[in-house]
Amino acid sequence: MANIKTNENKTKAQSMGLHSEVLTGKTQQKFFNPDEAENFYYWGTYDVDFNKRIDLDVNDLDCKEANKKIDELMSQGYGTIVIKNPQGKHSLGVGVLNKLNLIFEGSLGYFGVGSIDGPTVRINGRVGWSCAENMMAGKVVIEKNAGSCFGAAVRGGDLICKGSVGARTGIDQKGGTIIVGGDAGAFTGFMMQRGRIIILGNVGINLGDSMYDGTIYVGGKIGSFGSDAIESPMTKSDVDWIKRKLKVAEIGEDFDISKMTKVVAGKKLWNYDALEPTEKKGAI
Amino acid sequence: MCGIAGLIHRGKSSNVGNELQAMLQALKHRGPDSTGYALYADNDGQNFIMRFKVGENVGEGSSSINEDESVYDKRKDLVDQMLKSLGAKVLKEEKLTPYSYRYEMQYDEDLMDFSKKIESIESVEILSIGKSLELIKDLGDAQEVLDRYDLGKVRGTHAIGHARMATESGVDIKSAHPFWGYPFSDVSVVHNGQLTNYWNNRRMLENKGMRFMSECDSELIAVYLAEKMRNGATLEEGMKDSLSGLDGVFTYFVATKDSLGMAKDTMAAKPLVLYESDDLVAMGSEEIAIRSILPHEIDTYDPFDGEVKVWQI
Repeated sequence: MANIKTNENKTKAQSMGLHSEVLTGKTQQKFFNPDEAENFYYWGTYDVDFNKRIDLDVNDLDCKEANKKIDELMSQGYGTIVIKNPQGKHSLGVGVLNKLNLIFEGSLGYFGVGSIDGPTVRINGRVGWSCAENMMAGKVVIEKNAGSCFGAAVRGGDLICKGSVGARTGIDQKGGTIIVGGDAGAFTGFMMQRGRIIILGNVGINLGDSMYDGTIYVGGKIGSFGSDAIESPMTKSDVDWIKRKLKVAEIGEDFDISKMTKVVAGKKLWNYDALEPTEKKGAI
Repeated sequence: MCGIAGLIHRGKSSNVGNELQAMLQALKHRGPDSTGYALYADNDGQNFIMRFKVGENVGEGSSSINEDESVYDKRKDLVDQMLKSLGAKVLKEEKLTPYSYRYEMQYDEDLMDFSKKIESIESVEILSIGKSLELIKDLGDAQEVLDRYDLGKVRGTHAIGHARMATESGVDIKSAHPFWGYPFSDVSVVHNGQLTNYWNNRRMLENKGMRFMSECDSELIAVYLAEKMRNGATLEEGMKDSLSGLDGVFTYFVATKDSLGMAKDTMAAKPLVLYESDDLVAMGSEEIAIRSILPHEIDTYDPFDGEVKVWQI
């Protein structure tokens, strides 16, 4: 395997302007081919028509029945599904692996829209713990507040909360972007490995504790830095990138991005070896 | 994993028995072993309500030892004799189950001494003493306990409750929540989490004369706060102090005659969702608990780590 650090040719992801930094170690970038991703097809996913819209009232359904119904509607080609009366139920909208406009008119409980790959989700209420956990791609917008473990282990996509979030936002994050319009609790970015978090408000104690990699931008006050999290100077490309992201997220229009604090890993605790688990198995 | 719920109506009374039942029923999946209610009812406020048990529920799943029911009557007679010797005047007595009673009584002396003497009778435990507090706990889900103790008709200003999944101690009434803040009238506590410095604190508090009835770690919170208040601290001061004094992960609610409070540990490891409006505060381990009494769209939020809040009626 070629070492990315010494590879002078720009990767496709870099030439597309997705990022400019030189990454060390084995990364997703090495295994990720954008061409391949565009044609990637999961078994059991559907071709849907965004103009085909339907309302689904889940007041009398439990989460299993509701998710089955969503799957059924997608199989019939509905590309815009509006969920009425979610009433804080758990695990709604999980495992959607195709493009879809999913709109929730109300609030979700735990594990809302977890393990998704591709849909655009809008939630007009709040979400409970572990919203969008393990999300691979897509966009999730939450109009109100979110609970703890917001965006745990996300690997890609944009996760936007316009209100405040609880503790451990972006725990174990492996990619993608988490944007929070309000405040965030303790242990934000705990053990994050890649990706970016933007918090426009204040954050609690132990920010970025034990983070391996990735970047956290904070607009307000920081309770305290976690172990091995350090401040890094903001660059112009940071400002430009945040500006672009906030515009897409439709928040923080007049926010002074240049005054944000950038937090990265000090890498003193770095204990990654260069091999991915699958490769390690092969090496043994 | 346990489920806790609480609500406080400000400036009015409501059917808190039914409301809390709906909230706890929604949290049943978090704790199927036992359910407890601490209801602050619209009593006349003149006399003490004492709820006590003389034995355990040995129903399905209980870890208690089966006893012949005749011992319950003997213990109840001993309680009556003791009350007489202490000078307490019993105005009304109700037998709710073969093992639990509700007494309305007049008593003007020290409650700590009173409780110690009553509980010196074998297997007798005072669940609560208060002028408005009605503390009920038993095995079963929220609906079963509500029906068994006829709580549907209870009206009051505020209430806290608990659906328990036993982890640290047995499935029995003595380990069920809420815990009474012995020896203070009208103080009750429910807790979700684990306390890791239970034995150190318990030894210290027992040396100071405080009493523990179970080996459930959550009981420590009630005793800890009671000891702080005994030394002159306000409820809020005691709660703030508990954030550093108690080790482990916890979210707990504490209620007094006219207030309701919540505290969350500094790691924010246990869930809590809060809804606040001018006339109602409702909170629970999960949003579905609040939704069960407020089906319309509302704004809720998670309190942050180390947060302590107290509301008055």
